[in-house]
Amino acid sequence: MTTTLDPSAAQAPAATRRRPTGGGLGSYVLVRFLLIVPTVFILVTMVFFVMRATGDPITAALGGRLPADQLAERIHQAGYDRPLLVQYLEYLGQVFRGDFGRTLSDNRAVTTVLVEHGTATLELVVFAVLVAIVVGIPLGLVAGYFRDRGQDAALRVLAILFYATPVFFAGIVSKLVFSVWLRWLPVSGRASSRPQIELQTLKDPTGIYLVDAIRTGEPAVIGDVLTHLVQPALVLGLVTAGVFLRLVRTNIIGTLGTDYVTSGRSRGVGEMRLVRKHALRPALIPIVTVMGMQIAMMLGGAVLTETTFEWRGLGFMLAQYLSARDFVAVQGIVALLAVIVAVTNFLVDIVAALIDPRVRY
Amino acid sequence: MATLVARRRSWLDRVPVVHQLRQSVGLQRGMLIAGLAITGLFLLVALAAPALAPYGFADLRDEAGLFGSLQRPSSAHPLGTTVGGFDVLSRVLFGARTAVFVIAVAVVASLFLGVLLGVVSGYLGGWLDRVLVVVADAVYAFPSLLLAIAVSIAISGGQARLVGGVMAAAISITVVFIPQYFRVIRAETVRIKAEAYVESAKVLGTSTARIMFRHVLRNATRTLPLIFTLNASEAILTLAGLGFLGFGIEQTQAAEWGFDLNRSLSDVTSGIWWTSIFPGTAIVLVVLGLTLVGESLNDLADPRLRGRRAAAGAAPVEATEVTA
Repeated sequence: MTTTLDPSAAQAPAATRRRPTGGGLGSYVLVRFLLIVPTVFILVTMVFFVMRATGDPITAALGGRLPADQLAERIHQAGYDRPLLVQYLEYLGQVFRGDFGRTLSDNRAVTTVLVEHGTATLELVVFAVLVAIVVGIPLGLVAGYFRDRGQDAALRVLAILFYATPVFFAGIVSKLVFSVWLRWLPVSGRASSRPQIELQTLKDPTGIYLVDAIRTGEPAVIGDVLTHLVQPALVLGLVTAGVFLRLVRTNIIGTLGTDYVTSGRSRGVGEMRLVRKHALRPALIPIVTVMGMQIAMMLGGAVLTETTFEWRGLGFMLAQYLSARDFVAVQGIVALLAVIVAVTNFLVDIVAALIDPRVRY
Repeated sequence: MATLVARRRSWLDRVPVVHQLRQSVGLQRGMLIAGLAITGLFLLVALAAPALAPYGFADLRDEAGLFGSLQRPSSAHPLGTTVGGFDVLSRVLFGARTAVFVIAVAVVASLFLGVLLGVVSGYLGGWLDRVLVVVADAVYAFPSLLLAIAVSIAISGGQARLVGGVMAAAISITVVFIPQYFRVIRAETVRIKAEAYVESAKVLGTSTARIMFRHVLRNATRTLPLIFTLNASEAILTLAGLGFLGFGIEQTQAAEWGFDLNRSLSDVTSGIWWTSIFPGTAIVLVVLGLTLVGESLNDLADPRLRGRRAAAGAAPVEATEVTA
């Protein structure tokens, strides 16, 4: 070992390997970034072939409604009668250039659909993540601290209930109670019709209604948007809150048993400070690492939540296009979601590496 | 010593769930028992649905005539009727059947394929392993519901149904779960590959196939009951999600809770609660039961999470059995 010139050489045992911190992170980010490409490529490829496995989109959308000769002509015009591999390569080229084709059912550019409805989904998911963090982390802390006692039992059952309830059923129950019986909240949609028009005619809208509403400066519009947002965000967020609750609980139990917490306690550190600074902080690291997975799950949940509340985001449109059997649109939406998932996982891994140097490789 | 203790355990103690049930104490035992009770009830209902249900799941009329649409719960229809004029109670009961069938097909098929691929990929390594890992990771990261949707389109297609809706749903869910089993089993296989007994089997000239399926597989599958229960509950949620988006199962083909919820969505706005609350509650109950079992098994398998008293209580139990 003494003859080795570079101490960071690969022969060094993994446990004692040392690396200059900056270089290690830099190469990690680069490698991790390059890994996005195969992930997206695999998913886009899979979606393409899976969707085409049973035939072309035009027969799927219009089959039975048009005479056979007209159908064949439209298939020919769209180029769906060429070999699948040729179509696939062409599709890849289009996607690479950011062109997802035009929808069959309402002849819009898929890219426009993605941009227009993507912002709605973004708004929903951001608020759902907020709900998950605000509800899940403190409750997990309480459950872990009161381990095996009443509070813990109640909170664990609550967490399992959050997980066991499908988002759309939670949405239906919430709608029944708060919108139909109590009439506190609107039934569905992102805004009532008048504020909606106002928001849509706003000069260069962001598409995120809450931001746009604040820009109009009218309290009535802001209030309207907020009341529409409450139910979907809560319903979608609580599922993930259950996951966070369980995770924080497990980790808090782990960190509360560590030597540094015991030594802190024996030094007379206040119990509040002990829990919040010594135990909670390291317990939050795993939350960051599962965040990527959770965002992916949330996108799946968003499809169901949006359908329940007629929230006109990507998920709602996906369900619409699915029932119209418009596979060009479906393919575009699913491909975009694949990209989002891959990019989020990348970002999450980078944040995890920044927090915890052991993650890097 | 540890092996001696293990060998002397009674056969009853070696049945997966029974062992954990004995090991558990207090709250954990309560959760496990509650979970097992709900799961048992669910299986029972699935089995006896034709005897329990007052009508068939696709019945629209009896001797007295049509049931009528959206009837309130009454003595003839304890849970009311749906917008399509079906009896809600019968559909909820028969829904258990569909759920059990789909779980069975999906979990068994994905278990088989995932375990097979995991052992082969992990043991042989090489380029096949690398490709499979990248693909599995990509699929695993993707929202499972969206994947299930894509697959179910591929199966039932735009055209007339080639495969029954129930089967299509089951296959879609299978595809979603294969990467999960693959990852777990592959990781275990890679670990076990380095164990001394695999090494010695190789030295003795045992064939690769025999090592893979005798030595590695049998040791790699210990965590499976746990994943199985957790996946079963996820399978139910995915099935319900697919149904809720209007996939696959027509109401005359089978009763499926998610699809019934899809149909009840428009009733909710007019304050009609019985068409959605009952199938929804059925989903929650079943997932709750399966999750309680899975969670308890998980906690008991992880010494960090095993209740403090449980950890202390487990030792004397084994000690008494040694003397017995």
